Amino acid sequence: MSTAVARLTIVESKLFLRDTTTMVMGVAFPAVLLLLLGLAIPGFRDATDDLDGLRPIDIYVPIVLAMAICTTSVSVLPTYLATYRERGVLRRLATTPVGPVKLLGAQLVVNGAGTLVAVGLAVVVGAVAFGVDLPQQVLGFLIALVFGTAAMFAMGLLIAAVAPRAKTATGIGMLVYFPMLFFAGVWTPGPVMPDGLRRVSDFTPLGAASQAMQDAWSGSFPSALHLVVMVGYLLAAGALAARLFRWE
Amino acid sequence: MPVIEISNLRKTYGQTVAVSDVSFTVDSGEIFGILGPNGAGKTTTVEVLSGLRRRDGGTVRVLGKDPDRDGAELRELVGVQLQESELPERIRVWEALDLYSSFYRKPADWRELLDVLGLSARRDARYGTLSGGQKQRLSIALALVGDPQVAVLDELTTGLDPAARRETWALIESVRNRGVTVVLVTHFMDEAERLCDRVAVIDAGRTVAVDKPAALIAKVQAERGLTRATLEDAYLALTGHEIGV
Repeated sequence: MSTAVARLTIVESKLFLRDTTTMVMGVAFPAVLLLLLGLAIPGFRDATDDLDGLRPIDIYVPIVLAMAICTTSVSVLPTYLATYRERGVLRRLATTPVGPVKLLGAQLVVNGAGTLVAVGLAVVVGAVAFGVDLPQQVLGFLIALVFGTAAMFAMGLLIAAVAPRAKTATGIGMLVYFPMLFFAGVWTPGPVMPDGLRRVSDFTPLGAASQAMQDAWSGSFPSALHLVVMVGYLLAAGALAARLFRWE
Repeated sequence: MPVIEISNLRKTYGQTVAVSDVSFTVDSGEIFGILGPNGAGKTTTVEVLSGLRRRDGGTVRVLGKDPDRDGAELRELVGVQLQESELPERIRVWEALDLYSSFYRKPADWRELLDVLGLSARRDARYGTLSGGQKQRLSIALALVGDPQVAVLDELTTGLDPAARRETWALIESVRNRGVTVVLVTHFMDEAERLCDRVAVIDAGRTVAVDKPAALIAKVQAERGLTRATLEDAYLALTGHEIGV
């Protein structure tokens, strides 16, 4: 049985690697965006007083990491799962000794690994191309990354649970995707984010993740509020998804 | 020796009664057909006997086991091909077989199945590039890869062209010749007449007849005074339709 789980994970990894759209948008894009921002936008590599002496590119690294989490969690994962349900892949697995739950597990592992690769690529590009420092509070950063990813994956599972078809899952995913990026600070990064907006952002899973990573980058441990928000989404969305998920 | 025994099966979805009273037995080594109009309860019946759904009443025994209680054990012994179960577009034929064979304690050799089902040339092809007939053959291969004692095949030939249908028929006979008991759900009467040792006709959630196709035909001939009746005539008479000309 354990070999079945291993094989499932290997096959799902291969399918993920063969999916060019996912590889480009999910894995490569955050690093590419960082490169484009740093190379193409004037002033992105200049320190400014508006950002407490940091350069825009420094502020943007945790934000593109939040974007990496967001793409796999609410775009790739729910579409895959809803497609598997719609095509009867889950139903067929239910007739075998292995069952569909293990495929769900394999999908989480593969998308989690994809997210980590996307994050790693972006961090390396930031460091190598623009000399962005690594997170100063390493443990805090890892905690923010793992909790943020887990909270967002729970959101993705919830989308897969409520969407009757693959197209609906993609649609709902997009409806969630852009507001999430907005609250993560893609358009109003770091200190530029207005206070009112930040209040709301604090209570969104990706906003909390983005700010927690930002904090860890500049040396402080993620705030209790952000950790509680991420864990809250993980538990609430995860429990709801488990209740609502249908295998067919 | 009966491999499947179903008596007074009942299954409801909320207010809807999908199966109200279905009974039949399937003997070892048979090709057993389940016939009936759309919505008669055929698929629900095979879903219950495959352990995919819990019944609301009656008894079901497959290889002496209760699918509701011994589902995990039965999934090792019963291979199922359901309608509308596809595979991911980008999986290769050999990968699917290799993967599914890893699910079973004592799998069949999937390389041999690939040969038997005429898919060797498409070994490395992606699922999305297969023809309808090839997808069906792969689907049968996946139902057989666990080396099952019983194979449940639901609406196998729907959507296939005549040549592919005939190939699939030959295949079902070769599956039986391997010693596998086959339960075939179909609404093609020529298919059932040609392949099945016995059939159950289900209408509106009830079994209305269980017999050899030839016996059902003889009965309708005697009752209606027909000389050259087919299984289709018998089926129409049993499901309350005019036979016409």
